[in-house]
Amino acid sequence: MEEEERRRIVVVGATSAIAGHCARIWAQRGPTDLVLVGRDAAKLEHVASDLRVRGSASDIRIVQLDFLDTEEIASTVASIAQEPIDIVLIAHGALPLQDACQTDLALCRETLEVNGVSPVLFAEAFAGAMDENREATIALIGSVAGDRGRKSNYVYGSAKGLIDRYAQGLQHRFYGTKIRVVLVKPGPTDTPMTARLRAEGASLAPAAGVARRIVNAIDKGRGVVYAPCHWSLVMRALRCLPDFVFYRLNI
Amino acid sequence: MKPVSSWGRLDAHFHQLVGLYDAGSVGDILSRKNPGIAYGMGRSYGDVCLNPGGLLWVTTGLDRFIAFDEETGVLTCEAGVLLEEIQKIFIPRGWTLPVTPGTLQITVGGAIANDVHGKNHHVEGSFGDHVRRVRLIRTDGETIEAGPELQPDWFAATVGGMGLTGVIVDADIRLKPIKGPWLDAETIPYENLDEFFELADASEAEWEHTVSWVDGLSGKFGRGIFLRANPVEAFQREPRAWAVSVPFTPPFSLANPLAMRCFNSAYYEFRKRRAGRSVTHCDAFLYPLDCIREWNRIYGPSGFFQYQLVVPRETGKDAVQAALNEIVLAQEGSFLAVLKTFGARDALGMMSFPRPGVTLAMDFPSRGERTQRLFEKLDAIVKNAGGRLYPAKDARMPKALFEAGYPRVEEFLKYRDAGISSGLSRRLMGI
Ligand SMILES: Cc1cc2nc3c(=O)[nH]c(=O)nc-3n(C[C@H](O)[C@H](O)[C@H](O)COP(=O)(O)OP(=O)(O)OC[C@H]3O[C@@H](n4cnc5c(N)ncnc54)[C@H](O)[C@@H]3O)c2cc1C
Ligand SMILES: NC(=O)c1ccc[n+]([C@@H]2O[C@H](COP(=O)([O-])OP(=O)(O)OC[C@H]3O[C@@H](n4cnc5c(N)ncnc54)[C@H](OP(=O)(O)O)[C@@H]3O)[C@@H](O)[C@H]2O)c1
Repeated sequence: MEEEERRRIVVVGATSAIAGHCARIWAQRGPTDLVLVGRDAAKLEHVASDLRVRGSASDIRIVQLDFLDTEEIASTVASIAQEPIDIVLIAHGALPLQDACQTDLALCRETLEVNGVSPVLFAEAFAGAMDENREATIALIGSVAGDRGRKSNYVYGSAKGLIDRYAQGLQHRFYGTKIRVVLVKPGPTDTPMTARLRAEGASLAPAAGVARRIVNAIDKGRGVVYAPCHWSLVMRALRCLPDFVFYRLNI
Repeated sequence: MKPVSSWGRLDAHFHQLVGLYDAGSVGDILSRKNPGIAYGMGRSYGDVCLNPGGLLWVTTGLDRFIAFDEETGVLTCEAGVLLEEIQKIFIPRGWTLPVTPGTLQITVGGAIANDVHGKNHHVEGSFGDHVRRVRLIRTDGETIEAGPELQPDWFAATVGGMGLTGVIVDADIRLKPIKGPWLDAETIPYENLDEFFELADASEAEWEHTVSWVDGLSGKFGRGIFLRANPVEAFQREPRAWAVSVPFTPPFSLANPLAMRCFNSAYYEFRKRRAGRSVTHCDAFLYPLDCIREWNRIYGPSGFFQYQLVVPRETGKDAVQAALNEIVLAQEGSFLAVLKTFGARDALGMMSFPRPGVTLAMDFPSRGERTQRLFEKLDAIVKNAGGRLYPAKDARMPKALFEAGYPRVEEFLKYRDAGISSGLSRRLMGI
């Protein structure tokens, strides 16, 4: 990766632990222009300070907006896309308790919007602003939870499943152009999102390793990757399990 | 709840883990719960970072840099940042941490809380000597900022304070200019402790790093290999970073007496043949074990103890000799016993381990009664010599030895946070 041109990278949901680790890799690799997009300016500023120390030759900007406001998304993306973009990583998401989503429809709706609708709106806005003849990557973070609905997180999981289908369609749309669409599906990862699982003693992959895999997948332009990679096998098996076996699993 | 052990893998008690990620919410998290203790990378060997049956606040999510001043070299960062990360980013830019221990896989918070020392103690003192400020959050929600000139009493309690004065969320550390990662290193075999002390004294003025490995097993008491090094400007290819890991815990300790005797003799002969000077990468010289991940597994399922003592120079030679004699007699012993002189400076922390004198560190597989009997003999030697043991490495020292070695403990207790408790604090301070 030495002696490469200065790249311009946009990270949506930049305060996420996984996305933050991706941004570190990019900032440390060499001079990079990073645009950090999030809902909380103070938190974004912390992330930016960290990246400024790590990649002293990189330029870090922050952009704050409401992630569920369609018009704001459209105008913000339009203004970011005035200069050419090399990579967009769309990373935000939220994992509330499944039980709470079942009893609280407002929360249920919010979960679907934050994890499903909002990322699609961002991706669609960026996709429309990109030049098909210039190399660029749109990367989305799905989840293993989107591969097969299960009782412990199906509201979140169905929103992630939406991302799956959406990415598939986008890949089809850009087939034959210079734009690549990458979908990354992490397994349980050690981030604030999984604090509850950690307290229960779940084993979680380090966020830095998941981030390395994301950056790698983007470098190589891979279509779909699991992170860590063993989830690819696990999920294949899980998808193939017949219902009468699957329903007995307490997962 | 999840089983957690420290580096010695002696036992794995259940703990409730709470991750700290956002400095702004640490206060809320601490006050909400039962007593806990900060847990960094768990590279301490005993129970200083454990709280069996209770809460651990895992600090590795507090991993952000905050600022770096190119003029003064002062780095501000959160307490969960790893020393490895700092070195990786700053050495290429011409800056280094002035003090690092024998592994870089530790957090800034852990380095401060144990006031860790390195091979250059005689030049740079311990980690706390380079900390300009810490920000502590207490379980009652209070925030305390302390430094050498700012609430120096709180600072002296927190440096070496074993996490018991509050959770450190961020710190200012002064980095030191460096020319590059290379060291001009020299290897010198010695035959006995007299020779060791001569070499150590002769090297202190001219060499930044000194350390030695002493063969505690072959019966040739006190022979060893003395290593010393200075930073040097060199333009060599950086070695490829590599690491292997011990993939699983063998069902029994691989460190049995015969294996260790063979290893010690072979290591001595090997290094002796390679005596002389060479340009070496700092990682290979300073952190030789970091390329073998999880090497602690070789001691098998029962784990191991580390025993690290420091004794004043006046009593030092006899005490070290006596300790080595006991180890040989007991047929127990360690792969790598490390012997090093500390510089003539007292550490600033009330509870810091380093003091003027000589320090000896050894690993012992946990073999029940016989290991404990040997420790009792070693304890007596340390006590008579007016020395002390390193709490970061300890899982068993008697309270009386702790109190004799750390005369400022009464003063220290005043700064303790009532909502913080560790296995070690209950064992040695009653709460
Ligand atoms: C191979 C190896 C070589 C070593 N060599 C040396 C050496 O040469 N010199 C030396 O001095 N030590 C050495 N050590 C010991 C090690 O440096 C110390 O135990 C260090 O403190 C471990 O840091 P940690 O981040 O793993 O902290 P932990 O072991 O997790 O915790 C250590 C202590 O720090 C406290 N703590 C951690 N984070 C915070 C925080 N944010 N706020 C308040 N308290 C906190 C904990 O409560 C605990 O009391 C070595 C260890 C290994 C495994
Ligand atoms: N961690 C896992 O185990 C795991 C597994 C599979 C997939 N993933 C996916 O990986 C991605 C990154 O997650 P992470 O694990 O890094 O989690 P994280 O650190 O908790 O980050 C979550 C991110 O989403 C943002 N966010 C949450 N709700 C939002 C809202 N209503 N509006 C705008 N932004 C919102 C957060 O912003 P604030 O900082 O402002 O709160 C934060 O940037 C997510 O898409 C997640 O679904 C994670």
